[in-house]
Amino acid sequence: MKEILIGNAAVARGLFEAGCGVVSSYPGTPSTEITEFAAKYDEIYCEWAPNEKVAMEVAFGASLGGKRSCCTMKHVGLNVAADPLYTMSYTGVNAGMVICVADDPGMHSSQNEQDSRHHAIASKVPMLEPADSAEGLLFAKKAFEISEEYDTPVILRMCTRIAHSQSIVETGERVEPQQKPYEKNPGKNIMMPGNAKKRHPFVEERMKKLASLGENCVFNRVEGEGEELGIITSGTSYQYVKEVFGDSVKVLKLGLVNPLPVELIKNFAKSVKRVVVIEELDGIIETHCRNIGVEVEGKELFSCIGEFSQKIVAKAFGIDDKEFVAADSEIPVRPPVLCAGCPHRGMFYTLAKNKVTVHGDIGCYTLGAQAPLGAMDSTLCMGASVSGIHGFNKALGEKSESKTVAVIGDSTFIHSGVTGLINIAYNATNSTVIILDNSITGMTGHQQNPTTGYNLKGDPAAKIDLESLCRSVGINRVTVVDPYDLKACDEVLKRELEAKEPSVIISRRPCVLLKYVKAKAPLKVNKEKCKKCKKCMKLGCPAIRIRDGKADIDTTLCVGCDVCKQLCAFDAIESGE
Amino acid sequence: METKSIIIVGVGGQGSLLASKLLGRVLMNEGYDVKVSEVHGMSQRGGSVVTYVRFGDKVYSPIVDQGEADYIISFEKLEAARWASYLKKGGKIVVNSQQIDPMPVITGAAEYPEGILDELRAKGVDVDEIDALALAKEAGSVKAVNIVLMGRLAKYFHVENEKWIKAIEQVVAPKFVEMNKKAFEKGNTL
Repeated sequence: MKEILIGNAAVARGLFEAGCGVVSSYPGTPSTEITEFAAKYDEIYCEWAPNEKVAMEVAFGASLGGKRSCCTMKHVGLNVAADPLYTMSYTGVNAGMVICVADDPGMHSSQNEQDSRHHAIASKVPMLEPADSAEGLLFAKKAFEISEEYDTPVILRMCTRIAHSQSIVETGERVEPQQKPYEKNPGKNIMMPGNAKKRHPFVEERMKKLASLGENCVFNRVEGEGEELGIITSGTSYQYVKEVFGDSVKVLKLGLVNPLPVELIKNFAKSVKRVVVIEELDGIIETHCRNIGVEVEGKELFSCIGEFSQKIVAKAFGIDDKEFVAADSEIPVRPPVLCAGCPHRGMFYTLAKNKVTVHGDIGCYTLGAQAPLGAMDSTLCMGASVSGIHGFNKALGEKSESKTVAVIGDSTFIHSGVTGLINIAYNATNSTVIILDNSITGMTGHQQNPTTGYNLKGDPAAKIDLESLCRSVGINRVTVVDPYDLKACDEVLKRELEAKEPSVIISRRPCVLLKYVKAKAPLKVNKEKCKKCKKCMKLGCPAIRIRDGKADIDTTLCVGCDVCKQLCAFDAIESGE
Repeated sequence: METKSIIIVGVGGQGSLLASKLLGRVLMNEGYDVKVSEVHGMSQRGGSVVTYVRFGDKVYSPIVDQGEADYIISFEKLEAARWASYLKKGGKIVVNSQQIDPMPVITGAAEYPEGILDELRAKGVDVDEIDALALAKEAGSVKAVNIVLMGRLAKYFHVENEKWIKAIEQVVAPKFVEMNKKAFEKGNTL
């Protein structure tokens, strides 16, 4: 059947058709929808794991047990899962296993621009890279075949423009594979030194075989004509190349991006006068070409920073001629902001007001760093707020402990914040950790997690009691506060900062975008009472703006959270009807 | 047919994903090759968002760059101006007359440029401004701004209205179909 699907949905369809039986993942833009779409197929067991390492190990176990399995994550998630990855390269698989990882060139929703191909090379695991949804579906299926034939996990590399672009696919039927019998095999599955030493040569041998697969396979192909120019490319860059040149130049399109072919590239290079490698992020294909003695141009023409486009490709060859007009007025930027009614806002306002140093973390709440709140000092990676504050306080001592906090969301806390909290208790700093518990994994679009009481399918599940968890690791001071109550937030924060032992503040209120959270009537400004003090503007609420010098509330955005009302010294903000 | 390009721009949360889903479906039903590039994640939180829609006999790139768009559909005035350079010479902007202040304007660090659409018109840009928010309210929901704008686009487009209606039935949840049909009509017949 013909369908129009985003790349992630097409990959999910490929998992389904390949008879994949288990998917375990941690959400992360731009990978999240693979698992969400896979979960729509009853034949595939799908779950949100607490983090990517757990997810990959679940997929490992499922493969060992004899079912085709998959785990999905964003590029930085693969760092978290790198530990099982590098050794799974040695164990190989029983039933096929596919790791879907999505890179984010241009950092639409990420903290760095790392290139996952490095992980494939370093772990000696094959990697496929689709260039549209149809290839996403096909490559997901083929990945299982390679996995089983070569006894290896296979990485399917997506990037934002493939993951989130809809294009047309032809769907097929699911082929249910025979469950592979599980047989005890210590030499293959117990990676202690004696066994691992025997597996490493197998890995090297496997990569040689995979390299010869790359010389002649469905994933790598030569297109187009001409002897002047040959372009070697892959993934989304291929689409930009074809957009500019069509079939007028020779193109070597690579789909198996690790290991890279040798003879195919050498022969391609011989057939043209000039070879240019066009790849987003790092010059990996380019370096490979040079290593095998093929002269190419690459990163001197195309940056390793950001996304490409057809315009960037055309410009590099001096053929861009698109005319356009632009406004002369300065167009103010529109950065993302915490939503109107976001429960994080009240806590961030309190932190800003108290001039507290804030170690931040990964999630919607990183937006608390933005003006006018500006309530953040550092953000590194998942869980780093809780580990980082401990080191910060060790470095600065007592004077820091009374004016520094860590903020972390509920999902991120479970992902890798709790280990940092154990460290705070165990190695003793009087650190104050604020768990911003909005009862959902927010930024990636509302996924359930172990604190919400529901699983991926929306069925009731075991629910972590955050208060008990924190107490059980050795934190005696645990307080729950409603971030819509500014007075309570202020009191609790001041009290816990002064405490001479570590403490956790749970700032708890569900995300305002959750369906079960009902908006209240929008507030309104009594223009006669408004004294133009602009105190309400310090909240950075997108629903409050200035009209004719006075505060004004956008009724299409306001959800009646009342936080601004508490702030107004002149009672100018009133409840709506 | 040469590949055509449309960009849908607005403020994260205004519903551009549904608009692009509808447009993609209409174009696929017409037999075109189609690519639609969406934005998810961080920028959906009230930031400037852009969705690219491209269709033709064979579409390669899923994105649109400066000077390439046949149409810009903007959910907000400032966003129309921000993305105006993406319009091809002779292209058309359909814009909702709503003004949503970005944070630098809210905090007083910048000013919302007054008369920005007139500025574009003075430069020869074909700007069709409609109050899609008011029409959406009339149709039954402020959230239907997206479908009102699609209704407006349909006016300039070579696809019959019945086919748009059929696509609405395919992509919208059943309980919202009637309201969205109404929203489409409002944008289309104004």
